[in-house]
Amino acid sequence: MSAPLLEVRGLTIGATIYPPGERPRDIEIVHGVDFTLEKGKVLGLIGESGAGKSTIGLATMAYGRGGVRITGGEVWVNGRDILQAPPGELRKLRGSEVTYVSQSAAASFNPAKRIMDQVVEAAVRHGRFSRRAAEARAVELFRALGLPEPERIGSRYPHQVSGGQLQRCMTALALCPEPDLVVFDEPTTALDVTTQIDVLMAIKEAIRETGVAALYITHDLAVVAQVSDDIMVLKMGEMVEYGPTEQIITRPREEYTRALVSVRSITHEEKPPAGAPVLKVENITARYRGTGFDVLHDVSVALHPGQTLAVVGESGSGKSTLARVITGLLPPRAGAITFAGRALSPELASRSREDLRELQMIYQMADTAMNPRQTVGTIIGRPLEFYFGLSGEEKRKRVKELLDEIEMGEGFIDRYPAELSGGQKQRVCIARALAARPKLIICDEVTSALDPLVADGILKLLLDLQKREDVAYLFITHDLATVKAIADSIAVMYQGRLVRYGPKSEVLAPPFDDYTDLLLSSVPEMRLGWLEDVIANRRMESAGN
Amino acid sequence: MMRIPPAAAIGLFFTGLYFFIAVFAPWIAPYGMTEVVGDVWEPASRAHWLGTDSIGRDLLTRMIYGGRTTIFIATAATAISFVTGAILGFTAAVIGGWADQILSRLVDLIMSIPTLIFALVVLSVMPVNTLTLLLVMGFLDATRVYRLSRAVAVDINVMDYVEAARLRGEGRGWVIFREILPNALSPLVAEMGMRFIFMVLFVSTLSFLGLGVQPPEADWGGIVKENKDGIIYGIPAALVPAVAIATLAISVNLVADWILTRTTSLKGGRG
Amino acid sequence: MHPVMKLVAQRLALGILLLFAASVLIFAGTQILPGDVAQSILGQSATEKTLANLREQLGLNEPAVTRYFKWLFSALQGDLGTALTNGADIAESLGRRLKNTLFLAACAAVVSVPLAIALGLIAVRFRDRWPDKLISALTLTTISIPEFLLGYVLAYFIAVKLGWAPSVAMINDSMSLFEKLQAVALPVAVLTMVVLAHMMRMTRAAILNVMQSAYIETAELKGLSGLEVIRRHALPNAIAPIVNVVMLNLAYLVVGVVVVEVVFVYPGLGQYLVDHVSKRDVPVVQACGLIFAAVYIGLNMVADIVSILANPRLRHPK
Repeated sequence: MSAPLLEVRGLTIGATIYPPGERPRDIEIVHGVDFTLEKGKVLGLIGESGAGKSTIGLATMAYGRGGVRITGGEVWVNGRDILQAPPGELRKLRGSEVTYVSQSAAASFNPAKRIMDQVVEAAVRHGRFSRRAAEARAVELFRALGLPEPERIGSRYPHQVSGGQLQRCMTALALCPEPDLVVFDEPTTALDVTTQIDVLMAIKEAIRETGVAALYITHDLAVVAQVSDDIMVLKMGEMVEYGPTEQIITRPREEYTRALVSVRSITHEEKPPAGAPVLKVENITARYRGTGFDVLHDVSVALHPGQTLAVVGESGSGKSTLARVITGLLPPRAGAITFAGRALSPELASRSREDLRELQMIYQMADTAMNPRQTVGTIIGRPLEFYFGLSGEEKRKRVKELLDEIEMGEGFIDRYPAELSGGQKQRVCIARALAARPKLIICDEVTSALDPLVADGILKLLLDLQKREDVAYLFITHDLATVKAIADSIAVMYQGRLVRYGPKSEVLAPPFDDYTDLLLSSVPEMRLGWLEDVIANRRMESAGN
Repeated sequence: MMRIPPAAAIGLFFTGLYFFIAVFAPWIAPYGMTEVVGDVWEPASRAHWLGTDSIGRDLLTRMIYGGRTTIFIATAATAISFVTGAILGFTAAVIGGWADQILSRLVDLIMSIPTLIFALVVLSVMPVNTLTLLLVMGFLDATRVYRLSRAVAVDINVMDYVEAARLRGEGRGWVIFREILPNALSPLVAEMGMRFIFMVLFVSTLSFLGLGVQPPEADWGGIVKENKDGIIYGIPAALVPAVAIATLAISVNLVADWILTRTTSLKGGRG
Repeated sequence: MHPVMKLVAQRLALGILLLFAASVLIFAGTQILPGDVAQSILGQSATEKTLANLREQLGLNEPAVTRYFKWLFSALQGDLGTALTNGADIAESLGRRLKNTLFLAACAAVVSVPLAIALGLIAVRFRDRWPDKLISALTLTTISIPEFLLGYVLAYFIAVKLGWAPSVAMINDSMSLFEKLQAVALPVAVLTMVVLAHMMRMTRAAILNVMQSAYIETAELKGLSGLEVIRRHALPNAIAPIVNVVMLNLAYLVVGVVVVEVVFVYPGLGQYLVDHVSKRDVPVVQACGLIFAAVYIGLNMVADIVSILANPRLRHPK
């Protein structure tokens, strides 16, 4: 058997960190990782943030980002250890033998140059093709990747094409020089779910047709399961489990892998609506000041006490605008809101303190939702002070109770937000909302910035709290898995309109409208062959039409 | 326990030293401010450590009193500029709307004319005294402070925690003083150092041009003006203020830098 | 019309509006005194008769708005009035001096702009290593010393102690270009040092900003050499910020010129202005102020227009 295309042995990677107020320190972020990749195979690297997966991906090009340095081990590509290669040899490797697709194509394309110039640059520079041949190849790749107007898209500038298209252009850029290995670094993470599936399919077919080998890096096991032959699970810079995709998905050996596979397996029995709705939104139409078009058209939903209404949609669907209207930050042009039986004033400034107290909000980015100069005690204590006039020992006692409720404990009371992990920060925000004893909490993408396991913890906590406190949630999200996990009723939004609305069991059952069908079928499932099934289904449907 | 890096320690030491000398000038200076004690431009000696000036006054004494005037004016003008600029900047950012528009366009206009040129135009008709100087310098410079405070406050104002405070129903006072100000403090303090240095340079320049502090009152810019004719005879008396201004400016810079890194790296800092 | 042209036209209109507003401000700046300008110009010892004469000459008996428009319209026609102190035509004395000032500023720009960009590039290339730190320390020092002191320091050491250049920069029309250049060597050196510091720091920041972009990483991962990355990917994006930096600093140079001219007794606009401020010659001060403001506003406008023209998003709209 011939030598593998890529062989990594005992790879260790270090970085210099700059802890605030202290001297810079060198730490190790990848602790001895081994793997091999044969020609034409795809290896998935999976892990949560901090697992070191991107760092390892770049190490296969002997590249360290920022203060990152490769400190030990060997990386053999096409029969030579590239960590020992001189700079000239490395330049020949990068962009011809190994190429790279980054998460954000929008940032990775030079805004001042046409797409075609950038796509063919490496191929021409390394003498793989003449300029003309490279351009012809690029057009073929554009076509294969399903880009519109493949002959002409190259003459555009990066800002003139959409995010999903640019991500495909980036894939063309990586494939153009006919490399032996492509490193895909979270290529679909920044995309909407319905766009993700197209890009994913395009990448998969391009890999198959060109016979190139690939390292596919992602935090989403369901995604990587669709494209890779083998999967390596990483955690904190160490290998957890490494094996064929089928084995990892169906028979994971390690506890951590099992947790990743069973993520989003929370189940929640739908409750039938009972009593008068706590929130009634009727015929809301809204637009932002200074713009000439409505972002919400005639939206009506209702939410019952102690239940969860999930508002789901992709970017630009108007779901966050709906939240702004309900909170009073954006007075609507038409429509009415009833809250706890009272008509709610459209303007924040003219709402009663009782209205404000009973309607709380939790944000997507817990980082920016807490004042970095206030302690956890102050952050949670302020609503107690403001709405209930608590102070001193009494307030402190209640804060401690709340910290217990969010499963953190009173030890955190004097900490600052910067000292907390992402999940802990979001918990503190939940406690701040709970402190007001609200009837309704608006949750705006509260789990989308978190790693899957951490997000699961937050969702479980929210469900527990709902049982105990009988609070209703208006849950805004783009993630259908989350919706399935926690909703009682669902509102699907598309381009500012409500396209489907009702109890969870009805919304998620056929017959579907076109958009909901597209949305539901685009959510990656944790099984082999899902991607092929979906694509085959869609081809059949379009052929049938 | 707080560790002070060496650069900041040096900066703190010299800044402190200069302010100490400024406050206690009459007790420290060896001679009277306007007292003629020797010949014209005597070289340095045991009696006159820096020599004498263009009319035979002790140069060290002049420098000490000059430092007092320069530092006093710079400090007062910085205070005027900061109070005016920061209050208006924060208010504009929080209120927004037409008040913000009017203030910001006015500031754009004033800043479209170079500060020194504008100061010269105004000083051509105003009586030259300390009060005029303070007001002209303070108000012209307030435009820069306004821009910075407004920009910083606008950045913080769109943060989710400020929105959360508004949704809670907090008043404007809480939003400005408890949510925005604590987070705006470190860039403002660093800017205060820069503004102070600029004021020292500005008042020295005006005095050198004969439009600032008037003789026989001493100040660093004026000392250059009084002694500049010595230069062509190879007498370096006019260069002494250069050393004083440069060391003061660098020291304040070092302190401001340190405060900036220290406060942003507090537990509550961002990142 | 192409959207970029529209933006440029808007910016030009704004510049003209700003200049107009600045002229109001300069005029108002000489009127803000609560009392009588004539009194303030002549001092307490003035007699009623001389005061009345001066009021007549300044047109103080008319309302301020009338006076402003008279002043503005004659200024637009090139008539800047006559100086109070010697009755000379302001436009004529000003023209000659403006030429000298522009010569000085141009010399300083020719030296400092390429030097600043080169030093900025070096600082970026050796970022956080000794060349960067040395350049940073030196520029910090020159920023901390006012222009006039820097002038005397150079005059003392280079002109007096070493005798390499004259300490007074007198020039006149009969001098050859070489003689003129020799005469202005020291003031040019001072101006260069002053703007160099700012310009170099801003250039460094602008280039670093570009070099930290993700597309630079893409270029590096294409296997391009360091030079190719800079030439093909960094420069096209760095030119606009650099031009911006240069323009802003040339505007800064305009102010530095005032003080440096006084130090080296250079017959330029700045010295003319300062002289007449102490003599309280209001018409001259207004005229000079207006010209300085116009140059300053003009350079800032050029900087903005370059940014607009260089922005690919504006040049190639969707």
